[in-house]
Amino acid sequence: MTFRILPAALLASLLVSPVAQASDTSFSQLEKGRRLVDAADCVSCHTADKSQPFAGGRGIETPFGTIYTPNITPDRETGIGAWTNDDFYRVMHHGQRPDGTRLYPAMPYPYFTKMTRDDVDAMKLYLGTLPAVRTRPRENELMWPLNYRVFMRGWNMLFFTPGTFTPNPDKSAEWNRGAYLVEGPGHCGACHTPKNILGADKTSQALRGGLIRDWFAPNITNTLHDGVGRWSADEIVDYLKTGRNVHSGAAGLMAEVVENSTSKILEADLRAIAVYLKDVDGGGEPAAPAKPDEKAMAAGRAIYNDMCAACHKTDGTGVPLMFSPLAGNANVQQRDPTTVTRVILEGARIGPTDARPTPFAMPAFDWKLTDAQIAAVATYVRNSWGNAAAPVTPSSVKTLRDDLHHSRVTGKAE
Amino acid sequence: MKILPSVDVALVGFGWTGAIMAQELTDAGLGVVALERGGWRDTSTDFAVTFAQDELRYMWRRALFEEPARQTLTFRNNVTQTALPMRNLGSFLPGTGVGGAGVHWNGQNWRFLPSDFVARSHNTERYGPLPDDMTVQDWGVTYDDLESHFDKFEYLCGVSGKAGNIKGQIQDGGNPFEGWRSREFPNPPLDMALAPTLFETAARETGHKPFPCPAANLSRPYTNPLGVQLAPCTFCGFCEKFGCGNFSKSTPQTTILPVLMRKKNFELRTQCEVLRVEHNAVARRATGVVYVDAQGEEYLQPAEMVILCAYALQNPRLMLLSGIGTPYDPRTGEGVVGKNYAYQITSNVNVFYDDKVMNPFVGAGALGVGIDEYNGDNFNHSGLGFIGGGYLACWQTHGRPIEYHPTPEDAPKWGAKWKQAVAKNYNSTATISTHGAVMSHRNNYLDLDPTYRDVYGRPLLRMTFDFTDNEYKMSEYLTARATEIAKAMKGREIKVNGRKGPYNIVPYQTTHNTGGAIMGSDPKSSAVNRYLQSWDLHNLFVMGACAFPQNPGYNPTGTVAALAYHSAEAIRTQYIKNPGFLVQA
Repeated sequence: MTFRILPAALLASLLVSPVAQASDTSFSQLEKGRRLVDAADCVSCHTADKSQPFAGGRGIETPFGTIYTPNITPDRETGIGAWTNDDFYRVMHHGQRPDGTRLYPAMPYPYFTKMTRDDVDAMKLYLGTLPAVRTRPRENELMWPLNYRVFMRGWNMLFFTPGTFTPNPDKSAEWNRGAYLVEGPGHCGACHTPKNILGADKTSQALRGGLIRDWFAPNITNTLHDGVGRWSADEIVDYLKTGRNVHSGAAGLMAEVVENSTSKILEADLRAIAVYLKDVDGGGEPAAPAKPDEKAMAAGRAIYNDMCAACHKTDGTGVPLMFSPLAGNANVQQRDPTTVTRVILEGARIGPTDARPTPFAMPAFDWKLTDAQIAAVATYVRNSWGNAAAPVTPSSVKTLRDDLHHSRVTGKAE
Repeated sequence: MKILPSVDVALVGFGWTGAIMAQELTDAGLGVVALERGGWRDTSTDFAVTFAQDELRYMWRRALFEEPARQTLTFRNNVTQTALPMRNLGSFLPGTGVGGAGVHWNGQNWRFLPSDFVARSHNTERYGPLPDDMTVQDWGVTYDDLESHFDKFEYLCGVSGKAGNIKGQIQDGGNPFEGWRSREFPNPPLDMALAPTLFETAARETGHKPFPCPAANLSRPYTNPLGVQLAPCTFCGFCEKFGCGNFSKSTPQTTILPVLMRKKNFELRTQCEVLRVEHNAVARRATGVVYVDAQGEEYLQPAEMVILCAYALQNPRLMLLSGIGTPYDPRTGEGVVGKNYAYQITSNVNVFYDDKVMNPFVGAGALGVGIDEYNGDNFNHSGLGFIGGGYLACWQTHGRPIEYHPTPEDAPKWGAKWKQAVAKNYNSTATISTHGAVMSHRNNYLDLDPTYRDVYGRPLLRMTFDFTDNEYKMSEYLTARATEIAKAMKGREIKVNGRKGPYNIVPYQTTHNTGGAIMGSDPKSSAVNRYLQSWDLHNLFVMGACAFPQNPGYNPTGTVAALAYHSAEAIRTQYIKNPGFLVQA
C-alpha cells in the first residue's frame, strides 16, 4: 500500500515546488518518519473516525473549551498535502501555520520544537504517504478571548521557547535518546507535567503528575512513593510495550497511548525512555500525610472486602499483570486522587496489545456505591498495606461524579 | 436477496467450535466470516462482577440461552406420540450469542476413554453381539488420533487438574483409568471444598481411586499459548448458566477472541441467522449460506468452505432443511442425518450431616472429586445386562438460594416444615452425582417436524427420544455404587434420587445433546467422516457433539473441541492444498 501511494504523493509535491525540495525519500527516512509519527502518537488526536485515521476532527477538551483537530492527511485542500517541508517544520518548531497564525498548545509544539529538522522532515515524508481524506474539522469552541489566535502571541512570549534538544554530554547516548523521545516527540509532559492557570507547563515540576480531562496523569519521575521508583527499567519497557507490568496496567488515556503509540516503538527506544525516566528527579519523597480517620478506614475496609477483594485480594496484592496490585501502587497514592476515584466510579479497561491481547477491565461502581462509600474505600486503599496518601472526601467524589456525568451527556467523555 | 462477495470460509454459529475453527483457519491465511444469530458479548461489558451473580436474571429468566420464541424444537418420547413444541427451556439449555453455550458452561472438561471411540467393536469383542436395536458405532477416529488435540484444548483453556496417566505411566492422585496424556495438566487442581474432600475419603476407604475433576476454572493466573490471560477463580459459585466476570472460566471470550478479533482476515457478523446451506449436488460442493439479519434482509454469502458450528441440535437441522444427506428413517434404519440422537442419564445421592459446615456458596463449576471405576468399560459388564457407564463425582458448584435447597426423604415439599428442613440442611449437605452414558438406539433420532415452524417459517427440529433398558440398568448400577460411598461418608442420613422413566424434557438435566450428524467410516451409516467432513459435500464440515455416534459417560466439551482441532488440522494440512474428499467412500 505504502509503496503504491508513495510515488504519486511525491510527484504531487514535486509539481508544487520544483526547485526547493531535495528531500531524502529513501526507505530508511520513510521508516524513521513512520516510527516518529508513532512515537508522537499523532493518530490519537488527529482521528475522530477510526476508518479515516489522521483525518482529524476529534474534539480535544481543554479547560478553555474544545479544540477540533485538523486533518493531517495529504489532501491538498483540507489536509497538509500542499505544505512544504518548511511549512511543516514551522508548525512543529514554532507553532505557526503556513499563514502565520498561531496554534494552541493543545498541539504539543512546545515539545515538538525539540525535534531535529531531519526528524520533522521524515514525519512529513511519512504523512505524505497516507491516503488523502477530504474533510474539515468543525470550528473550535473556545472561550473569549482565547478564541482569537492572536492571543497566542502573548502566550508564546510568556511560556514558549523554540529550540532543538541539546544532548547532555555528561550522560550516556541511551539517556540522551530517552530524554529526546520523552521531551520531544513523546511529549509525555503534555499530560504528566502539572500546568499553570494558563495551561502552560510548570517546568520546574516536569513529569511530577498533572490533571488532564478528569484524569490525574501520575508522577513518572523516579520517586518511590508515587513515581516509577519501584519499577525497574525492564518493567517500564513492559508497561509501554504491552500495556501492563507486574505493578499496573494502562487504562483511560494511557491505554490509548499504549495501543496507538508506545506498543509500536522499538524496544531500544523504550529502554532509552526507561533509562531517562529512572533518572528524572521528582523533588524527593512527599511528606507523610496525616493519619486518616479510623471510622472512614473501617467503612472503607468493609466495602473493600466485600466489593474489591475477590480480584485485588484482602492484602492488596492483586493478581499481577491482570488485576493491579494496590499495595505499593503509585497510581492510587498520587497527591491528587482523581484517577483512583474515577476508576472506582466508572471502572477501567486495560488497553489490549499484540503482546497482551486480553482487555482486562474493572467494572463501574458509580451505580452501586454512594459518594461517601467511594470516598471511604478510596481512602482505605490509599492508606492500607503500607500505602499512605491524603484521604478522599465525599465532596470531591461528588464533583468528579458530576463532571463525568456532564461529559457523558454532552458526548465529551474520554 | 442480496448476493455478497465470496469468502474463503463461512462459519455458521460462533461458540466454542466456531471460535476454534476461526482461529485455526485464519492462522492458515484464510479469510473467515462467522455468522452468529445472537449478539456480541464480552467479559467486562456483559458479565461484570458487579452484576453477573444474578440468579433470577440469568438462571430463572434465562438471559443467556436460546430463546424458544425464535427457535425451539418439538419433542416426543416415541414414534407413536405426536411431538409438541418446547415453549420453555428445561432439560437442556443451548446457548445463543457470541461464545454460545461456551459462555455458560461449568467448565467440566473431560477426555473420553480410548474404548469409547471404538464402542461397538470393543464391546462386541468383549461381551458378544449387541442388541439389534442398539445402533452403537465406532467413531472412525481413535483416542490416539485425538490426544494432541485434547492436549491443545486443555492448554488453551488452562485446565486445572492432576494427570492420572502420562504416556502410560500411572500417576498418583490422578485418574488411573484415563487415556494416556502427553503431559501434565497446565495448572494444578483447584483448592478443594469440604464436601468433595469427605467424598474423597469415603471413596478411598471403599477401595476407589478418587481424583480432582479436570476443571476449566483457573486455579492460578495463566497465559495460554495464544498469549491470552486468564485469572484465578474466586469460587463465587456462578459458573453454569452464568457468564464469568473474573476471566476465570475458559470460554471463547477468555481464551481465543482477544486474539481472533484483532485479525484482519476475520469478520464476525452478529444477529445473523443462517436459514440454509446452498449447494451444488453435481459438483458435490456447498456454494454458500443464506442468512437473514436483524433488519429482516436476506443475504447469500458465497463461500469456498462452509462449516456448521451451530450446536448439536441446529447442525443436523440445517442439513435437513438444506437437503444435505439422506434423512434417517427409523422404520428401515436407513439414512444418516438425524440418526443416533443421544443424551446423558444422571442421578444423585445426598448425604446430610449434623456436624459439618459445607459453605456450598463457595463453589466453582468444576470443583469436585470424582471416581472413574464405573465409567465406559473400566469394569467388567459380564452379566450386568448393559454396556457403558459414567463417573461418580461430588461437586461443589454453587449454593444459589433459589436453585439449591437439599432436603431429606421425610421433609415435605412445601410449607413451614419444608423451610425448616432447608434451613437445617442447606449448609450441611454433600451430594454425589452420577453422570451416565446414553447408548444410541434405533428409535432415538431427529427429523423435521411436520407441523410446527419457527419464526422464519422453517420446520422445527423434532426430537424423538427415550432412555432404554440399557440406560435404566446402568443408571441403577451407578446409583447403587454412589449409595455405597454415600453410606461410607457417615452422615446423619442419605437420600437416593434415582432416574425413573420415561425421559422428561422439563426438569434440567444436562446440555449434552449428541448425535444427528454422526461421524464414522462408512457413508451408509454416518453423515460425516473422521474429519467431520460431509460425505456428500466435500467443502462442508460439521462440528460439535452431533458427530458423537453415541454419548459416553463424560461431559462432551473436551471431545467436541478435540474433534474440531482434528478437523482443522486436516483442513490446514490436506484440504487447502487439495480440496476434495479427505476419505474415499
